[in-house]
Amino acid sequence: MAFRLRLAPEHTNINFFAYQRLTLAISALMMAASVALWAVMGLNFGIDFQGGTTIRTESNQPVDVAAYRTAMAGLELGDVAITEVFDPSFDDDQFVAQVRIAAQDGSEAVTPETIQIVEEALKTVDPSITFPSVESVGPKVSGELILSAILAVLGASGAILVYIWLRFEWQYAVGAVAALVHDIIITIGVFALFQIKFDLAIVAALLTILGYSINDTVVIFDRLRENMIKFKTMPLRDVMNLSANETLSRTLMTTGTTLIALIAMLIFGGDVIRGFVFAITFGIVIGTYSSVYVAKNLVLLIGLDRSDKPKKNGTPDEYANIDA
Amino acid sequence: MNAMPLWKRVIILAICAWGIVAAAPNLNYANIERHNDARAAVEAAGGTATPDQQADLDLWPNFLPSSLVNLGLDLRGGAHLLAEVQVADVYKARMDALWPDVRDALRDQRDAVGNVRRLPSPDGTLRVAISEPGGMAAALEAVRALATPVVSLTGVGQNDIDVSAEGLEIVIQLSQAERTATDDRTIQQSLEIVRRRVDEVGTREPTIQRQGADRILIQVPGIGSAAELKALIGTTAKLTFNPVVGRTTDAGASPGARNLLLPSMDEPGTFFIVEESPVVTGEELVDAQPAFDQNNRPAVNFRFNPQGARKFGDYTAANIGAPFAIVLDDEVISAPTIQSHIAGGSGIITGSFTVEESTELAVLLRAGALPAELTFLEERTIGPELGQDSIDAGQTAALIAMGAVVFFMIASYGLFGAFATVALGINVALLFGALSTIGGTLTLPGIAGIVLTIGMAVDANVLVFERIREELRNAKNPARAVQLGYEKALSAIIDANITTFITATVLFAVGSGPVRGFAITLGIGIITSVFTALFVTRVLVEMWIGWRRPKTIIV
Repeated sequence: MAFRLRLAPEHTNINFFAYQRLTLAISALMMAASVALWAVMGLNFGIDFQGGTTIRTESNQPVDVAAYRTAMAGLELGDVAITEVFDPSFDDDQFVAQVRIAAQDGSEAVTPETIQIVEEALKTVDPSITFPSVESVGPKVSGELILSAILAVLGASGAILVYIWLRFEWQYAVGAVAALVHDIIITIGVFALFQIKFDLAIVAALLTILGYSINDTVVIFDRLRENMIKFKTMPLRDVMNLSANETLSRTLMTTGTTLIALIAMLIFGGDVIRGFVFAITFGIVIGTYSSVYVAKNLVLLIGLDRSDKPKKNGTPDEYANIDA
Repeated sequence: MNAMPLWKRVIILAICAWGIVAAAPNLNYANIERHNDARAAVEAAGGTATPDQQADLDLWPNFLPSSLVNLGLDLRGGAHLLAEVQVADVYKARMDALWPDVRDALRDQRDAVGNVRRLPSPDGTLRVAISEPGGMAAALEAVRALATPVVSLTGVGQNDIDVSAEGLEIVIQLSQAERTATDDRTIQQSLEIVRRRVDEVGTREPTIQRQGADRILIQVPGIGSAAELKALIGTTAKLTFNPVVGRTTDAGASPGARNLLLPSMDEPGTFFIVEESPVVTGEELVDAQPAFDQNNRPAVNFRFNPQGARKFGDYTAANIGAPFAIVLDDEVISAPTIQSHIAGGSGIITGSFTVEESTELAVLLRAGALPAELTFLEERTIGPELGQDSIDAGQTAALIAMGAVVFFMIASYGLFGAFATVALGINVALLFGALSTIGGTLTLPGIAGIVLTIGMAVDANVLVFERIREELRNAKNPARAVQLGYEKALSAIIDANITTFITATVLFAVGSGPVRGFAITLGIGIITSVFTALFVTRVLVEMWIGWRRPKTIIV
């Protein structure tokens, strides 16, 4: 037999419920910890959600944050945050920093004069400095962006709930959406913990996590549905274990290739979208975990009606009886 | 065996070929872009190409496909503005314009209504006091007679103003239907003027679109900064020609009744006293072009419409030897002395301009004034180098991701992995082909979407291959196992991808700019990856089985 890379042995018989109390407890604990972190530390909202201005500076001189701060101290701009940015893709003489100015009272966007004053102040510190990007968002828009972000996450979750409900049973839908909520909350918790900038792109990443995590869950559910027809008398727990084992090799393979692609993007994709890629990468790991340990286990807790009632339109034998 | 019919295979291969052809131009992006720009310029100029344009045209043959993926602002660099149109500005102007008519109408009823006085009132309402309480009914009737029906789809049968009485005061307001209609007109007009001003500077593919009820989104690639863009569109170039009363160096001088004290643009510290009512205004201009005066200094040529020309001609004829001021936005550009009767209505504005300034002034004069003020809610500038860095980084990441996934697939599934690799290549080609054809915009998150697609695209293949493995364990013959593998994996593939597609749709609906670009690549990526996994690899596998007729296969 030719050599084949195997991420999982050909036949696995892992009991995914062996530690079900423990895994559910861990999940619940992580969610609680995330909410607590969120409440205590808050999220490092980007200007999309908070209003304000960010200026990216680039220079061939090393960044002297203290000097930048001193230069801008006299401008009375309120809250100013300066962070140096590092990235492996930068040249040796490429030094980048991010200057963030809080929204000014009483103005919808920062005026060009303010930006000009800041740019001039920084030029006195380092004459070679350039400003590759300047972004301002007014408080009015940022309020609306928060609302549309929340609506997006709720809308996507709702649409997925309805779709799974139509294709499977309501128990599956509840399990799947619970797993999604789990993934989202924990990902946000990580953003709170490390104070990574949380902006619109991160919301896009959260929605991608939704899509990916449900992808994994659906594959297991699909197999479960099929096996429940095949093994009508097997206890639900065993059918679930069998289904998870049968799809384990696929789950690891797909997660593996996706993670490889994402890690390449994380390392080589540049600092501008690192937060975005990090959110997706983290979400995919947690999403894989949740489809194996959260979604399915919740369905088991709720229980399925296995009597031979007429099935809904997404009947299990729609595609499965071909070789009968 | 029960393989796909020939026609199906032909269609699948044709789609793949189309994808490759449609995506190919993106490999030669810079040259084809210049070719396309030159072609557009030549068409606009009526078909004759300058040598430079011809050189650009020759960079790429006309008969080959030349649709390119649009690069978003975050990749190309440029400026992004979200402006809110202060629609209420127009209400005030409407009420101010209505006042003389109301006054005249009430004056005709003087016996009944007595004295008429305008009272201070908030913008958008007109309060008029009359002195005879008994005349209120007659006054209301007279004012209501000024109303005209609203011309709009929703406001049929309604008048443009609401008139009511409060004690001795008449309150006149624009009706709701008229406000809606006015708002719409104001936005349309603002959009048109912004578009003309942006088009005047001739950048490639600016996006100018209405957003929501009263907002305008403006994205201009290639412009230096948002401040520059704001200067271009935000300035209401108000040009007037006023008679000059005198000049002074005293900034606090009292200009006297109906006169204005305006600073000089060229000579700091010099002020002109001019008459408040202009001889002619910029609204009577029909054209303005950057030019050079007789001393070869940058200047602006202008031409009036017939009314403006007549007024200007009459005035210059009557005031030879007197100075008049050319006033732009409350600054005196210059105050030349009238040398002779200027007939024909054209003239030249000289001042200490640079060429850029004279060009910009000509643009502003020509485009006309915005009907209402714009306030900017959001502005972003992205430098072109940053965009190029992002493209390079994205390319590196995509290539590495692709290489790793290919290695992983071949190591895991051998020959079948190689089939999946071919399908992955076609998948990326189809994705770019589709993006180019529909004119989708590629953004930085969009690149991340492509990389994610590369990682996830093999998912459907993996599902199928794993299924084929299982079927082979049940000792089916190879062709049968392959067929069953595809059929049984179908429901999982469809369900899994539809749910992801739902999230892409939601992203597209609520996202804007870069996020929307991500939604587009994610959505198209799902469609192309399902297509390539279900059809392309299957064609390859079946062709291979048909050719080699293997007794056993190892997946």
